Parts: sequence; structure tokens; C-alpha cells
Amino acid sequence: MYSEKVMDHFTNPRNVGKIENADGVGRVGNPACGDIMQISIKVDNNRITDIKFKTFGCAAAIATSSMVTEMVKGKTVEEAKQITNRAVAEALDGLPRNKLHCSNLAADALHKAINDYLSRSKQAETDRAVE
Amino acid sequence: MRRIYLDHAATTPVRSEVAEVMTRYLTANWGNPSSPHSTGQEARKGMDDARKYIANLINASPEEIIFTSGGTEADNFALKGVTYTRDKKQHFITTKIEHHAVLHCAEALEKEGHAVTYLDVDSDGLVDPDDVRRAIRKDTALVSVMLANNEVGTVEPVAEIARICREHGVLFHTDAVQAVGQIPVDVKKLGVDLLSMSAHKLYGPKGIGALYVRKGVKIAPILYGGAQERGRRPGTENVPGIAGFGKAAELAAAELNEHREKLTRLREKLIEEIFRRIEDVKLNGHRRRRLPGNVNVSIKYVEGESILLNLDLKGIAASSGSACMSGTLEPSHVLLAMGIPREVAHGSLRMTLGTSNTEDDIDYVVDVLEETVKKLRAMSPLASPGRC
Ligand SMILES: Cc1ncc(COP(=O)(O)O)c(C=O)c1O
Ligand code: FES
Repeated sequence: MYSEKVMDHFTNPRNVGKIENADGVGRVGNPACGDIMQISIKVDNNRITDIKFKTFGCAAAIATSSMVTEMVKGKTVEEAKQITNRAVAEALDGLPRNKLHCSNLAADALHKAINDYLSRSKQAETDRAVE
Repeated sequence: MRRIYLDHAATTPVRSEVAEVMTRYLTANWGNPSSPHSTGQEARKGMDDARKYIANLINASPEEIIFTSGGTEADNFALKGVTYTRDKKQHFITTKIEHHAVLHCAEALEKEGHAVTYLDVDSDGLVDPDDVRRAIRKDTALVSVMLANNEVGTVEPVAEIARICREHGVLFHTDAVQAVGQIPVDVKKLGVDLLSMSAHKLYGPKGIGALYVRKGVKIAPILYGGAQERGRRPGTENVPGIAGFGKAAELAAAELNEHREKLTRLREKLIEEIFRRIEDVKLNGHRRRRLPGNVNVSIKYVEGESILLNLDLKGIAASSGSACMSGTLEPSHVLLAMGIPREVAHGSLRMTLGTSNTEDDIDYVVDVLEETVKKLRAMSPLASPGRC
């Protein structure tokens, strides 16, 4: 039912966990089946230097989370923003049709983490300006 | 790799004695039982013998057994067959935890203009007989409550419900597909009018089942054709399937107590070990009133499909009621009806035992399960760190 790549990421997920003092955190729930995913990122010089995930969900959800962390690591914030759920699914050699919605979770959590980082740095900028 | 099958509620392996009998009716005795010549009559003999064994297993008479294509057809036959004996709109009572063979059939009857009451169950999955009494109306034609639930294994108070139905002059059907072969089923003691069974849940073949129809109960055919099964179920009979079903029933009757004791022992061990070694688990279904071979637990903070895939990688076959497993992305209707929160239903794991399982299997399964849960919880945003 799942591709070899999915099974690989499911059995050996990369970058599991939570970054302490993360620069951005995104947590999303899947309205379809009730699964939850959380991504935290560390950003250095506009580049994502570290990324970790935690996922409560099916094998497809775990594999897409793992894959998205691999795709993002080392990319600039702008590059990472371009990553779509479709690209994640393709990188895994496809997902069963009824599991495509799981890949939304990974991309959504990533984008939310990036937005969190951007709004935090904007806040820091205004704080500095006020000072 | 070691392989352990813990999904006997889905289907059971065909026993070698059963396969042997079936082969005889596929090769040597392949005749049509309706034919008067010897070739036909040899096939008829096999069918007649099978009917006796099946009747004996549930303490019925052979004339009260009608062969069907399985449990699904038996359920449909019971509901529709009773409905179509009358012209007018009728009322039915069933429960929210029935198999889809009953539930979807009841929904189809609603579309035809009949009324259906779907009874609630308590948190153990039990139906309250008083709810049945309260739901009975003047136009109630049939009550259908399963004998044992296929997901959580809860055994329903069917004898009491049947008595209430009899007092009110309402027919009573029970889906005993999961119960027959695992617990004693006696149609007279239960007092039921109709009862569904399926061969592949008792080490027989798939695609063959039967409906018990108590003598004197009227039922209309739902298929039209020849005069087979006394005109109630047309079509040239599945003789090899019927013969296999008969053999499976003969063996089930002879080994019922032994089988039940063995499964109960393994079940208790499995439940106890899971609770001893894994934190934050919940048993779904009634603690004692449950099928000997059924274990259904919810493992919090993890999702069922990912548990199943991990177990499968270690050679263990089980099942789950998680939303991620269903095409509709809805958790099991049985768990929801029992009031189990969605996130807990998400981590449900059903392991159903059978003849081939051993104590040693249980040790291996619990080892693998503990390791799997540890790994998945380390990944889960819901689990508190440091806990297993
Ligand atoms: C309770 C119950 N009823 C009916 C059925 C359907 O039986 P069959 O597979 O023979 O159609 C099953 C089997 O899945 C079952 O567990
Ligand atoms: S996350 Fe629920 S189906 Fe994939």
C-alpha cells in the first residue's frame, strides 16, 4: 500500500523531537481525522539550520513529517516557504489517494513554524526600534 | 520471520480437516444436489449431513437452517425477509454497534419508508434490555441485537431481550457471526427467532453462512429463482462450502469447551501483560462479558495504523478502529457509540485470538508492542516526555 520511501521514513523517521529555544514553532491538527503535528525550527542568518517534528498520526503522516524536515534543512526561509504538500508527497514516491490529506499536515505545520519565526523577528525588530 | 495471526475476528484459517472435506465435494462428489441421479444424490447427502452438524452446534433442527452466501446475506435476509412478509410500513429496533451488514440494511429499509430505532449502548458496549422494551411500538416487526460484538467482543444480554420481544409478540433476530464456535449458542435457551452465522469465523471457508429460522416463523425470500432451500433461498447450492461449514461446525461443537478455555486463558494473559507493561491504556468493551478471544485496547497518544504497521513489520497481524484506517476518516462507529473520545478511539488496537496462538506468542507480542509504543510515543506531540 505504501511506497518503499514512505516505509523507510516511517520506520526510520529523521529529526524526531522538539528544539529547545526554537525560533519558530508550528502546530496543526488535521480536521479530517484528528491527527496532530508539530514542527520547530532554528534559523540562523535566514537559513533553517535545524528542524524537528513530533507527530500523532498514521504512517503517511509520520513519513511526510520526516520527509519535510529533510527537504527543509539547510534551505533559506524563502526556499522553505515554497515547499508544497504535493512536493512532499512526490518526494516520497507518492501516497495512496486516501492518504494525500496527511501530507497537508506536514506542509501546513512547516508554514506555520516559518510564519511564527517571521512574526517573532518582526516583533524583535519593532522592539529594537522602540528602544 | 515469525508470524503471529491475531485477527481471528476478521477471518480464521481453514482447518485441514475442513479443506479435505471440501476437496471431496469439489472433485469426487461434484454433483448438483437437486438432481435425482446418484451423482446428484451424493452431493445432497453431503449437504444434508452438514446441515445436521450446523443445527446441532446451535441446538436447532436441520429444517431450521437456510444456507446463505455468508453472514452478510444472513443478516440482510433476516431483516428484509421479515419486512417483505407484509405489505405495510413497519418499525424495526436495532443498536448503534451492529455490523454494517445489519446497519446498512436497516438504513436501506428506512429509505423504503420503514422506521428504525437505533439503540444506544453503555460505555462497555452493553445494550439495556429496558431500552428495547421502551422502544417497542405497535408496528414493531423485528428487533435485531447482535450476540457478540465483532470489535470490542462484548456479549449482549440476548436471552433477556428475546424474552421481552416474545412478551410483546415481536420477532427477534441476533447476529451470532462472532459468537458461534467461541461461546455456547443454544437457540432454544436464547429464545431467538432468527440467528445469523458465517463459516469463515469458525475455521471454515469464506462465502458460506446460514440463517436459522425458527419453525413457524414466516420469512419471504429476498432472491428469486429455483426451489432450493424449500423455496426460501434459490440458487444451486455451494456444496463444497456447505460441506466445509458442516465439518467446521462438527469440530467446533466437539472442541467448544477446550477452545473457549484456551482462548480465555490467553486473553487474560494478554490483557494483564499489556496493563503491566504499558502505561495509559484502556480496555474497550466489557471486562468479563466478552468473547474469549477478544482483546481491544486503546493506547493513548498513539495512532492505530502506525501501531499496526509496526506490528506487521514484526510479523504480527492485528486490527484497529482508528479514523486513519477507515476510508471515511471516521473512527469506528462502535467505539464512538460507547462514548469513547475520538483521540482515544484513534489509538485502538484489536487483537483476536485463535487456535494457533500460544502463551509464547503472547510474550512476543507484548514485547513488540511495548517497543512499538515507546517508539511512537517518543514521536507523539501528545505524550509527556519520559513516559512509556
Ligand atoms: C458480527 C458480524 N456480522 C456479519 C459479518 C459478515 O459476515 P460475512 O463476512 O460472512 O459476510 C461479520 C464478519 O465480518 C461480523 O463480524
Ligand atoms: S493522518 Fe490520519 S489518515 Fe493520515
